[in-house]
Amino acid sequence: MSVTAPTHGSGHPHGVDQGKRDFLKLVTGSAAVIGVGAIAWPLIDSMNPSADVLALSSVEVDLTPVPEGQGITVAWRGKPIFVRHRTAKETKEAEDVKLSELIEPQPDSDRVKPGHSQWIVVIGICTHLGCIPLGNKPTDPRGDWGGWFCPCHGSQYDTSGRVRHGPAPLNLYLPPYAFESDSKIKIG
Amino acid sequence: MAGLHKSEFKNPVVNWIDTRMPVFTMMNKEYAVFPTPKNFNYFWNFGALATVTLMVMIATGIFLAMNYTPDSTMAFDSVERIMRDVNYGWLLRYAHANGASMFFIVVYIHIFRGLYYGSYKTPRELLWMIGVVILLLMMATAFMGYVLPWGQMSFWGATVITNLFSAFPLVGNAIVTWLWGGFAVGDPTLHRFFSLHYLLPFVLVGVVFFHVIALHITGSNNPLGIDVKSPQDTLPFHPYYTIKDSVGLCVFFMVWALFVFFAPNFFGDPDNYIPANPLQTPSEIVPEWYFLPYYAILRSVPNKLGGVCMMFGSILVLFVLPWLDTSPVRSAKFRPIYRGLFWVHVLACIALGFVGAHRPEGLWVVLGRVATTYYFLHFLVLLPIIGKLERPLPLPESISRPVVPRGGGPLPGGATAKPMEKP
Repeated sequence: MSVTAPTHGSGHPHGVDQGKRDFLKLVTGSAAVIGVGAIAWPLIDSMNPSADVLALSSVEVDLTPVPEGQGITVAWRGKPIFVRHRTAKETKEAEDVKLSELIEPQPDSDRVKPGHSQWIVVIGICTHLGCIPLGNKPTDPRGDWGGWFCPCHGSQYDTSGRVRHGPAPLNLYLPPYAFESDSKIKIG
Repeated sequence: MAGLHKSEFKNPVVNWIDTRMPVFTMMNKEYAVFPTPKNFNYFWNFGALATVTLMVMIATGIFLAMNYTPDSTMAFDSVERIMRDVNYGWLLRYAHANGASMFFIVVYIHIFRGLYYGSYKTPRELLWMIGVVILLLMMATAFMGYVLPWGQMSFWGATVITNLFSAFPLVGNAIVTWLWGGFAVGDPTLHRFFSLHYLLPFVLVGVVFFHVIALHITGSNNPLGIDVKSPQDTLPFHPYYTIKDSVGLCVFFMVWALFVFFAPNFFGDPDNYIPANPLQTPSEIVPEWYFLPYYAILRSVPNKLGGVCMMFGSILVLFVLPWLDTSPVRSAKFRPIYRGLFWVHVLACIALGFVGAHRPEGLWVVLGRVATTYYFLHFLVLLPIIGKLERPLPLPESISRPVVPRGGGPLPGGATAKPMEKP
């Protein structure tokens, strides 16, 4: 269905310079594609997090009211963050696990801040399909490894937030955070 | 195989689809090989420009709606959040707000093009009337869109425009209460205006589709206003007019961008950056520029119902224009008297625009009344009469031979006053 020169009015004695025509088509088409892309990008980017959403990207948490053996849940970027004060026994259990037993091997020392190994801070979202595991409260079921238990599909995590029983494939993610003092952390 | 389309496309996938749903054949027929008069000038760009503007308005509007809150306590702040916090929100909003003005500029030129070249005349009456429906829908959509930022002008514009309906005897107040969903413009009004502002553009797309269908049955008018006689008078739409439209589109986008990037509030009113206050009317209240002529007509009539009727009448009269203009010659190029009156009419419309922007005092009142009178005189009295009296210039034989040999000179009126018909 390509349209060639019209039956009238072309009047070019030597025919059409096809190479020149192809070049013009290519240049015109590219300019149109770039133009449409330039128009489309602001529309697409407007759906990314806006400045006011990004501004909510850090929270400070006071740790003094959290007794040993208990945890609290704080919201960061709309997600639950588990902050748990481990007992000495729980910390020792987490540190002494053989890495070969783990689904995603990772030493406990990589998951806590040095000098604050009694505090474990994880993003409280099961790595299977996004449910929030139980176990932050002492009355919750904590699974066979004393950490967290996901009620959706039965995944279990240990006291370091590492997955010990599927179907979750990965350990609980760690949020970026730092100790501002011994009793205060800043998440984000 | 009964009922299947015999597709001529070589590409097997295209052919497979086209056999079952001949959209490729349709697009090829209507937009590629479509025979189009070969003598278009750049005024024939404006239909395509309007279509593109509608698409840009819908695209930017959809993304703006993702961040806008149609609630009287949050609307103003949500618009400010779009301006400050949403990525490219300022660009979306300025493109959309200035797009409304661009849309009206393009459509008004498109309409006056039709008036000058007689595009409303037989057989294009229905095409023209569908166009008037498009204009009315655009006006409703633009008005409701202007209410959404919920500034002072939004609020009081909504109040004044909806109160127009209170002019109708007996049922007026009930209609206004129904429009408002309360006893003043308020939260329910804002919610329904948002809903309708989102809906109507898609209705517009449907009506534009009918507009194009009607256009493709009658074929386009052309600057000479005479019918296409033979294939020598036409060019395939692609690539000749796709390219010509693209050139106009580039210029149009540059003008639009000029406003968006360098004068984004040129068409706006600073009072609309003051949040709506139901207890205080701004001291100067004017509608957006594209409504000023109608506003001037409204204020030129010293009677509430009369003014409202004249204002609506100024658009409704366009519906019967094909039957008011009695001249069978389309293009003003060959109608010396009509050509003069056309420009007087353009001047009257521009004058009404200026009158609408000023307080109704002193000379502005006089000018408004003179221009209003001419507006209606033009359509209701002059067009029917001059169609009979005017002696048109000789029409060319065909689009391919526009020049009448040896200058021609006026032929007997009866002979030229007939539209050229296809053999």
